[in-house]
Amino acid sequence: MEIKLNINGIDKLIDVKPHEFLVEVLRENGYLGVKKGCETGNCGLCTILIDDQPILSCSYLAVRAVGKKIETIEGLQEEATEIGAHLVDEGVDQCGYCSPGLVMNIIGMRRELENPTPEEARHYLTNNLCRCTGYVGQYRAIKRILGVAENDESC
Amino acid sequence: MLTFGDYIKASSLDEAYELISKKKPARIYGGGMYLRMGNRRIGLAVDLCDLGLDKIEETEEGFEIGAMATLRMLETHEGLNECYCNLFKEGLKDIIGVQFRNIATVGGTVYNKYGFSDVIPPLLAVNATVHFHGSDSISLKDYLDEEKYRRDVLVKVTVPKVENAKASIKTARISKSDYPALVVSASQIDGKTNIVVGARPRRAALAEKAMEYVDSQSELTEEVAIKAGEIASEELAFGTNTRGSKEYRQHICKVLVKRALLEVASWK
Repeated sequence: MEIKLNINGIDKLIDVKPHEFLVEVLRENGYLGVKKGCETGNCGLCTILIDDQPILSCSYLAVRAVGKKIETIEGLQEEATEIGAHLVDEGVDQCGYCSPGLVMNIIGMRRELENPTPEEARHYLTNNLCRCTGYVGQYRAIKRILGVAENDESC
Repeated sequence: MLTFGDYIKASSLDEAYELISKKKPARIYGGGMYLRMGNRRIGLAVDLCDLGLDKIEETEEGFEIGAMATLRMLETHEGLNECYCNLFKEGLKDIIGVQFRNIATVGGTVYNKYGFSDVIPPLLAVNATVHFHGSDSISLKDYLDEEKYRRDVLVKVTVPKVENAKASIKTARISKSDYPALVVSASQIDGKTNIVVGARPRRAALAEKAMEYVDSQSELTEEVAIKAGEIASEELAFGTNTRGSKEYRQHICKVLVKRALLEVASWK
């Protein structure tokens, strides 16, 4: 079936099967910043924004996204670059495979929460798993993104 | 892998009900988070996403939670959480993550009566009612007791608005964001106590003897809470799965019931 999806502000006519999830459809159409991970809704690698809310594209039917605003990391380069720079500064880019999902969830968090505390941010980002790091560097980066002082012991 | 033979976005509740009640291979597709983990072919997937059921409405009598409302909506609804001591905010916050809870639906977990559900115990603790399109509304407790699944469309779950409600939820998990090994939710509404134990791993149930015991006491003290935990762990059936043995669940039931009741007692 042919559906119209609005991806990063551009309407696209795309042929999909009704049971196809967005992660497949987006990657097949060139949005390779959307990563495939567990595909069971647990790892957060495939995070994108639908109407400003972070969702797991591995578990969201493409046909349900008709009429909604889909945003991938390709469409949010300015914010992604700023957040990515903090991750690199703290040495947590490592293999980098989980970074797009984490960056997208941080952007979603910024849109939903006004001035989140480090603890609120940590909780919000629970669903973004990383196999390289122990998350400590990521917390440092998130504190920098939130503008929390270096000597803050709260996370 | 999940596949559909056919897929329809229902344009009305009547159409969805007609399909579900008369076409054998038809199934409603809710959030799909559990379905998508297995290999399954659904003959006809009926999607309710265009029917405006993805909202929570506050009325004078209570809260109407649409079947397609997400778990995140339930978790962050200010009126509902204010009425019930942040019960849903606390109870749902450890379900995987925000991205997951932005997709999973209340109707999906309630209709299917999932034993592992973090959502059903707090709804049961606050006397929720489930409303179907083609059949009678029924209390969530009675719905959970029904053996069969209705060939009907779950439209909404309602929660009464009450004053001075006290509520609490406690869970045990092997790791944060995992399925729960046990869920206990307790409440006191209009002077009556509810104690719900879920993820036993069977579906959630009220610990009625423990509730009667608490209500028969003049005050909810630590001793009463300990005794209620012991009664609950004796009266309910527990089982074993990968997240915990029957004996482990029976043991932590006492602890979680005690903690939940003491928190209920602490609310002013």
